[in-house]
Amino acid sequence: MSDARHHLDLLQQMLRIRRFEERCAQLYQAEKIRGFLHLYIGEEAVAVGVISSLHSDDAVVATYREHGQALARGMDPGAVMAEMYGKVEGCSRGRGGSMHLFDASRRFFGGNAIVGGGLPLAVGLALADRIRGQQGVTAVFFGEGAVAEGEFHESMNLAALWDLPVLFCCENNLYAMGTALERSESQTRLTLKAASYEMPAWEVDGMDVLAVEDAARKAIESVRSGGGPHFLELQTFRFRAHSMFDPELYRSRGEVENWKKRDPLELFKNRLMTDGTLGEEGWEAMERQVAEEIDAAVAFAEAGTWEPVEELTRFVYSEVAHP
Amino acid sequence: MTGLATTTTTITYREAVREAIRDAMHRDDRVFLMGEDVGRYGGCYAVSKGLLEEFGPERIRDTPLSESAFVGAGIGAALGGMRPIIEVMTVNFSLLALDQIVNTAALYLHMSGGQFNVPLVIRMATGAGRQVAAQHSHSLEGWYAHIPGLKVVTPATVEDARWMLPTALEDPDPVIIFEHAGLYNSEGELPENGAPVDLDNALVRRPGSDVSLITYGGSLPKAMTAAAELAEEGISAEVLDLRALRPLDTGSILATVSSTHRVVVVDEGWKTAGFSAEIAACIAEEAIWELDAPIRRVCSEEVPMPYARHMEEATLPQPAEIVAAARELVGR
Repeated sequence: MSDARHHLDLLQQMLRIRRFEERCAQLYQAEKIRGFLHLYIGEEAVAVGVISSLHSDDAVVATYREHGQALARGMDPGAVMAEMYGKVEGCSRGRGGSMHLFDASRRFFGGNAIVGGGLPLAVGLALADRIRGQQGVTAVFFGEGAVAEGEFHESMNLAALWDLPVLFCCENNLYAMGTALERSESQTRLTLKAASYEMPAWEVDGMDVLAVEDAARKAIESVRSGGGPHFLELQTFRFRAHSMFDPELYRSRGEVENWKKRDPLELFKNRLMTDGTLGEEGWEAMERQVAEEIDAAVAFAEAGTWEPVEELTRFVYSEVAHP
Repeated sequence: MTGLATTTTTITYREAVREAIRDAMHRDDRVFLMGEDVGRYGGCYAVSKGLLEEFGPERIRDTPLSESAFVGAGIGAALGGMRPIIEVMTVNFSLLALDQIVNTAALYLHMSGGQFNVPLVIRMATGAGRQVAAQHSHSLEGWYAHIPGLKVVTPATVEDARWMLPTALEDPDPVIIFEHAGLYNSEGELPENGAPVDLDNALVRRPGSDVSLITYGGSLPKAMTAAAELAEEGISAEVLDLRALRPLDTGSILATVSSTHRVVVVDEGWKTAGFSAEIAACIAEEAIWELDAPIRRVCSEEVPMPYARHMEEATLPQPAEIVAAARELVGR
């Protein structure tokens, strides 16, 4: 893929996530989506930049704010939307909802809604790859809030101690729900925590998709070639509330507006317009195409069916013996 | 069980577990053992002694004291195609890994709509009786048995210690094996032509007709001792070893109740919201009209485990209490 086509692809992925999330917010107001809903708006460059740098047989472990990762991993927007509707056509049969998106065919291991809980899992996936002689890399996403959890430190240590192929992707959006980083950590330079485990650790502008991609590519190449685990601190910001129940009492309007000046989608779009990769017509066509995709996803979810209640107890345990 | 005469060898419970692990590792190169001090130290209870030399550090993998991370890594490795055996030194320390066991291992299959099963085996020592005081004496099998998605087994004999593990490793879902620490030194006869055993069925360890002693794990020897004493008094006690707490073999429970009409439940856990309550409720729901007397429970006193020997003995279920409860039920 030429640079120009690749850049347009990255832009389209980010746009897809943005418009998907905006539609989710509307559908939440319309009570089509219930439960907890955590939007990725503002952080699109992180998922797109990292995941577009992975191979198809690599593994991804994500958090409860994972719509962006799921879409960037190539999951069908219809299956993701149907999941949020709670329909059986959803990517987790409507069992998981917004916070628990899964796709075995894409090695997408969720959708973990316990902060820090996905990290040990990623270490184990990488251990399996290592023992089996596979060349896979496991990318695990978590927020900066997770660095306060014991599971973060235990997992970082274990991965580094055993030289496992894990890419730790810390999405630092500055607030763990409503708690600012400086109110929860004595050491706010997150890369220093990784460095204490002898792990290469880079601070990355998470609002610049090319910066994310560049760092991710270098890190992934190093991890894959036996360089041990790497840590990326992706500095970003969520433009929306933590969830749909959050009145945002803990941060100022001004802070949010200030960050919006570095909107990752706008930044990249303007860049591609400035360098001539994208014109107004191209942008409009991209918007149209994404709108059609999302309309189709919503239509798929609307047309979906409810899992029969008789199936409630399926999948508590496996139905067939796995060899 | 067959009536055919078979050659047996005398073996300790500890050796039986070790043999089970060794055999599984020879049969399947996806199997590995991971936990604190399983390698160089040889296992806290010496279960894995010698296995490091035999299989090397990649497959007998010492971990840091990071219960949550190495249990979670076991889950991840299982999702990644391996068949890990995770040793958590004792159930007491498993509380540091509760998140991974309850929120990840138990939930992944259902939460992913059937996409991700977790073929993981977790072994842990449980129980009291060795004067190791309050923080090393818990008996929390019932907590884990509460969780849909987990299977919980409690080998009480050398045969189950030897042959439950291969079945657990074949299972596509997470299985927790509770090994009562008081059993490791116990000896038993192991048939030489043994084979993997099921994880679903309770077994009558001693048939009887007057009263049923329903128990599992480390309390089985106590129930057997009590049954022998009762026999001397002319009371015929049937001893049912549950073997698995989840899934619970309610059919065998109801069968023994329907046969003897009197029940003593023996459980090292506490009574309040404990596993013994589950058994009593099961009987009350399904077979209350079969009972000729109220259900009795012999459980641990509701106190943290004290260190002093006489106090610990007073806390734990003892054969004499089981005998007394059974006598009362049959009206003697």
